Amino acid sequence: MTADAPGTDGAPLLVLDGVTKSFGAVAALRGVHLALHPGEAHALVGENGAGKSTLVKILAGAHPPDSGEMTLDGQPLRLRGPADARAAGIAVIYQEPTLFPDLSVAENIFMGRQPLRGLRRIDSAAMNRDAERLFQRLGVRIDPARPARGLSIADQQLVEIAKAISFDARVLVMDEPTAALSGVEVERLFAVARSLCERGAAVLFISHRFDEVFDLCHRVTVLRDGAWVSSDPAADLPIDEVVRRMVGRDVSSLYPKQAAELRDTLLEVRGLTRAGVFTDVSFSVRGGEIVALAGLVGAGRSEVARAVFGVDRYDAGEVLVAGRAVPAGRPGRAIAAGMALVPEDRRQQGLVMELSVERNATLARRRALSRLGLLLGGAERAEARNWTRRLQVKAARLGAPVATLSGGNQQKVVLAKWLATEPRILIIDEPTRGIDVGTKAEVHRLLSELAGEGLAILMISSELPEVLGMADRVLVMHEGRLVRELSRAEADETSIMYAATGQGVTA
Amino acid sequence: MSRTDTGAPERATGNAPTDPDRPRRGLTERLLAVRELSLLIALGLLVLVTTVRNDRFLSGQSVKDLLLGCAILVILAVGQTLVIVTRNVDLSVGSILGLVAFATGSLFLSAPGTPWPLALVLGVALGALCGVVNGGLIAVARVPALVITLGTLYAFRGVDYYWASGRQINAADMPPSFLRLGNQTVLGVPVLFLVALVVVAAVGFYLRSYRSGRELYAIGSEPAAARLSGIPVGRRVFAVFVANGALAGLAGVLYAARFGTLDAAAGTGLELQVVAAAVVGGVAIFGGSGSAYGAALGAVLLTTIGSSLAVLRIDPFWQQAVVGALILAAIGLDRLLALRVAARLRGRSAHGA
Repeated sequence: MTADAPGTDGAPLLVLDGVTKSFGAVAALRGVHLALHPGEAHALVGENGAGKSTLVKILAGAHPPDSGEMTLDGQPLRLRGPADARAAGIAVIYQEPTLFPDLSVAENIFMGRQPLRGLRRIDSAAMNRDAERLFQRLGVRIDPARPARGLSIADQQLVEIAKAISFDARVLVMDEPTAALSGVEVERLFAVARSLCERGAAVLFISHRFDEVFDLCHRVTVLRDGAWVSSDPAADLPIDEVVRRMVGRDVSSLYPKQAAELRDTLLEVRGLTRAGVFTDVSFSVRGGEIVALAGLVGAGRSEVARAVFGVDRYDAGEVLVAGRAVPAGRPGRAIAAGMALVPEDRRQQGLVMELSVERNATLARRRALSRLGLLLGGAERAEARNWTRRLQVKAARLGAPVATLSGGNQQKVVLAKWLATEPRILIIDEPTRGIDVGTKAEVHRLLSELAGEGLAILMISSELPEVLGMADRVLVMHEGRLVRELSRAEADETSIMYAATGQGVTA
Repeated sequence: MSRTDTGAPERATGNAPTDPDRPRRGLTERLLAVRELSLLIALGLLVLVTTVRNDRFLSGQSVKDLLLGCAILVILAVGQTLVIVTRNVDLSVGSILGLVAFATGSLFLSAPGTPWPLALVLGVALGALCGVVNGGLIAVARVPALVITLGTLYAFRGVDYYWASGRQINAADMPPSFLRLGNQTVLGVPVLFLVALVVVAAVGFYLRSYRSGRELYAIGSEPAAARLSGIPVGRRVFAVFVANGALAGLAGVLYAARFGTLDAAAGTGLELQVVAAAVVGGVAIFGGSGSAYGAALGAVLLTTIGSSLAVLRIDPFWQQAVVGALILAAIGLDRLLALRVAARLRGRSAHGA
């Protein structure tokens, strides 16, 4: 039920006007408007990468906006750092908990604001009591004196919430706080948010769960590709319309996959389960086919890919390559069986940034290239030249460190590294994240070519146009489960978004 | 340790382990206490074994020598704790000590009438200045402290050598009142050791009871989160290097008072002993945990090992090996404790459904 919207005709509490933020060449926010009224719960919705988290960071004082105005109570608001945002009464609950594992829960809540006694000493007893009181208000039982290390994600999130409400904030920003919480805990959180609203605070709530959005919020603002789309009272806005506004955009700029002849099933996954991460995931990919794994961030897609490749363990299920089982937790065996994984986080998982292009490109093939256990430069260089030429990597020279390359070219080096192992199955996680449009098209052309050569490709992508342009079939994940399988004909932005947000899926 | 009980007999700890008289102190603090207790036990065992073999080990003079011997290492280890807790390290302390010691000697050489308290203040100030150089370079260059202080280790030592240019300063060049500082005792306890105790107590109290002290742990525990919670990370880290420099300066002045004979090589290689003392004392090398008390105990333990091996007439070669084994044992113990705590916490965090 939507609560009666408080008067939006009165003076707003916090206003963002024309806020713009770019990271390098990527525009994360383009002229965003947002007005939060006292006593209002306001929802911010948008696809992955629509700029929601950037907006949160700006409100938190973690990023300064490039341009645009912010006012609080009609006064200009300039945030030079997180401390300023706190002082202004803006509390933020981040998507990822930001706790200090070595410190006690109570210290985490009151860091920098610990209650004091004589000589400005910290009054630990009072601090623990205050923390206890906050937890009582939230209706949870967490020992305030225990260290934060080892708390479950849900408990960490609850500590974050306790921290935020301990401020008596005038503006509470919650960036997907409910992803790890149980139904009861969500209800308690909402009760706290409502009581804050009743006291005249404003709540900005970011979530992909529409039932929660419409349960809590009075108004809904939609962002798309970093730009403001609309702000409307929640009561006047059907869910269909929200989804349409979130995704509606042009897809023509993308390279479509060429039709390829489908061959035998190369990769088969049966009942893959890892407790608390993903459950009963089964699918297969045939040679020449590109299968996309779609879903929201945190739905468990990358975790499934890592488990299939053997980097992460799984509790149940099996993985078969061309009908033969691959042992769990053994990436070496997966590579031998012809699998390759191009990870999402290039810097941390895909490349050794300080090493040269040629070293990186041949890293996964060291054994095949070595003679008597030694890696001799000639073989490495020849191999690297071959692949980097084919992928058109733009590097000053092959000996240059990978760190000096652009994001798109780094991605190509990661691809070169894995293609050099001559895989039959390519698992690729967010193939074009953070790279420019031109290189994007090249990567798409290349994936299409590879499928044409008979590779089975499993592509994880959060960009719907990419999914729609490239995939023969789309598998949609929602909260650790495979909830829909869509053929190329069935898949469109609305159907994928519906499934990904858990609409029309019985839990 | 003046922590009052909250008075609530039933604390919400979910299914706490079957531990009827569960201490009311937080798990974090109890862990530290366990860590410090194990050091005390090790120290006690060492003294016991050595005394059994040679009863003169616990004689007044021998204990006095021991306390005198560990005072400087204790001060340095406590300063290093401040730095390590923030996930940094300062390798230049040995060179700062050497530079300040030589500067103190030179001061008395050129101005024989200088009162020793003034020399003390100037020495601490010079140490702090070295700390400013370290902290400033780290803030500006955004290079890990390990690399910066490795550089200043050689730079400060270089300045020291250039200044000394082969000269040596002798005890005769320094006023007797200053030298007494290094050897005098109060009720049988060397003044040097009392100074070290004051430093330990002050730093330990600060780290435990003050907001900015707790922020140092926060910075070392999770630097990104520290920034997001509005902690002035850069300023705190800078201050920590200045404080550590000042303590190294203090140690340098005390070194001059104790040994009297000074050349440019004073304190060479001391930095590794200092880091070893902190690590043995339970200061996590990746920051976020450890206490000044633990680091001080680590320094006492390392010094005691040195003298007890000498008393037991064991080849000095073994001393190095024993210190190495001790560091590995300390790390092993930390790991073991961490695993046990983790297992216990897992049992507890299962609340609700």
